[in-house]
Amino acid sequence: MTDMTATYAGLEPTRAEKFRQRTVPLILFALVLLVIPLFNPSRSMITLLNHMGITIVFALSYNMLLGRAGLLSFGHAVYMGLGGYFAVHVMNWVAEGTGFWGAVPIFSMPAFGFGAGALAGAIIGWPSCRRSGTPFAMISLGVAELVAAAGFMFDSLFGGEMGVSADRMAGPEFLGLSLGPVDEVYWFIAFWTFIGVLGTYAFTRTPLGKLSEATRDNAERVQFVGYNPQRVRYLVFIFAGAFAGMAGGMSAVQDEIFTPESLSLVPSGAILIATYVGGIRYFTGPIMGAIVMTYMGSNLSDYTVGWLLYLGLMFVGVVMFLPNGIAGIVYGTADTLRAGRLGEVWQSWLLRLAGLVLIAVSVITIIEVAFRWSDGYGEVFEPFGLSLATTNPLTWILGVLPLVLGVVLVLKAAKGESK
Amino acid sequence: MTAALDITDLHKSFGPAKIIQGVNLSVAKGERHAIIGPNGAGKSTLFNLISGRFLPSSGEVRLNGALISGKKPFEINRMGLSRSFQVSNIFTNMTVRENVRCGVLHSMGYGYSFWRNIGNLREVSEKTAHILNEVGLLEKGNTPAALLPYADQRTLEIAITIAGGAEVILLDEPTAGMSHSETDRAVALIEKASKGKTLVIVEHDMGVVFNLADRISVLVYGEIIATGTPEQIRGDARVREAYLGEEAEDAA
Repeated sequence: MTDMTATYAGLEPTRAEKFRQRTVPLILFALVLLVIPLFNPSRSMITLLNHMGITIVFALSYNMLLGRAGLLSFGHAVYMGLGGYFAVHVMNWVAEGTGFWGAVPIFSMPAFGFGAGALAGAIIGWPSCRRSGTPFAMISLGVAELVAAAGFMFDSLFGGEMGVSADRMAGPEFLGLSLGPVDEVYWFIAFWTFIGVLGTYAFTRTPLGKLSEATRDNAERVQFVGYNPQRVRYLVFIFAGAFAGMAGGMSAVQDEIFTPESLSLVPSGAILIATYVGGIRYFTGPIMGAIVMTYMGSNLSDYTVGWLLYLGLMFVGVVMFLPNGIAGIVYGTADTLRAGRLGEVWQSWLLRLAGLVLIAVSVITIIEVAFRWSDGYGEVFEPFGLSLATTNPLTWILGVLPLVLGVVLVLKAAKGESK
Repeated sequence: MTAALDITDLHKSFGPAKIIQGVNLSVAKGERHAIIGPNGAGKSTLFNLISGRFLPSSGEVRLNGALISGKKPFEINRMGLSRSFQVSNIFTNMTVRENVRCGVLHSMGYGYSFWRNIGNLREVSEKTAHILNEVGLLEKGNTPAALLPYADQRTLEIAITIAGGAEVILLDEPTAGMSHSETDRAVALIEKASKGKTLVIVEHDMGVVFNLADRISVLVYGEIIATGTPEQIRGDARVREAYLGEEAEDAA
């Protein structure tokens, strides 16, 4: 018996491994959050970072469903929205300052969002978690439409198209933060982002978290080891709603407003894309996806009106060719480097990179020229001093030749790797 | 003494097709009982009825005297009946260790808990290790289940089934598709794992059946035409006629 437990100890990660693989990344994450303000980021940069933090928590909550439990939801923004709306109302009660509410610091809003999100998950999840797969996805879509429609109808609760706004400077201060200036809001967001990451990670380590993976893999077998898969899904759904609501509470304080738009299919689709692009098979995937997508959403739009087209193309590309997302690339590359196999693969990597750049040149040319032409204002796409009008043969050469060449290179790289 | 498993006048139809037509069977505690029969006789359906995967059209199933027909599979499992599947039915994206641990969790009283760290549950870890060691998968504990060779997946199937410590174990063709040496190992494992427990097994390999079983039932067209010791079954003329034919003489 004793030597058997000794062998088994070799199976489980050692204390040092656990520390390195689980605790160290969390400490590093906390350090990054602490160090960022030392670089004196601009106000708009801080606002962007705050939105990244909110999206990180939202994406992690979404991946509790999609990646861990295998539940495809088209309406996850409902829970962030309801949590956020509740937080905004609480903020207004705090501003009135009567009785209990007068003593509540605005800093605690994500906790109220968490509670409201959990409640919404508990109510809506009750019917929808009886099914999985396509019926679950369809129900989530219907619920999202329903709640968004209700959002536009019940003005006293949701404020109509104008939404409900609040003042984050109301109520008692917490930790000396007035939450007025955006850099003070940063600390608030950083704190709750860390709590969100810690909470969703801890969840994956619980019996329920493991059972949600088992239910994803094989819901039938779960029944024959003593668990009700419907119950597993339902409980996971409540937690996913709760963490989404927490992100809503963060957003309520950051933006001081919630509109019925936030309940609609648009943000639900956006979080699906961000999570999937990040990589649903890894815990850190949604974090990466949230950072990249928030950044692109805020910056790409400065460069081109076609940015949604690029996001869409990227999403389709990831679904088709990179099912493990950004995290898959990051960890795959790291594994290759660690195994010292760079020497074998660098040629095909370079080939693939060159191919992708070439494809991008063509795609950008086509899109940029196309929407300018369709606008009909006679505007011309002029990258690097080139004038790419539709009449210019160079436009057509740039639109086609790199694409063909790029595809050939990428195929060649794939062939070389499979050898 | 109440039987471990008591099946009374069990029927199951899918539309007009009558698959199980009045099965009566009693399996004593500690008995190893094999169910044999030609393809399409309803063996797997019978297992699905006992384990709660299907609802019977009529009749009842009792586990240690308690009525289990009509209950949900997870309720029946919690009452002490566990089953394996003919086609490996495992958690493919999880490791072997995690697979077995899923089988262990509920029996250790950790329902749906979300306030405990699964890594800190000592007795769960130890029980998981014990099972892995018993089935000989300890070294492959950290392998993703989907990457296991076929025979190991079958072994894992059994490991998950016995992990919860159920008193009554149903194995559906545990050696299907295995080579001779793999079959021998599987039989040794089944003998060890079912010690002191009640075993009901569906099996096509007559060598395995006549080796392992205390008693055998022969299911043909949804009816049990004979139940008895291996010797009685070998000698039964109806069984020979309906099913065994040359195979019985080979095995004897």
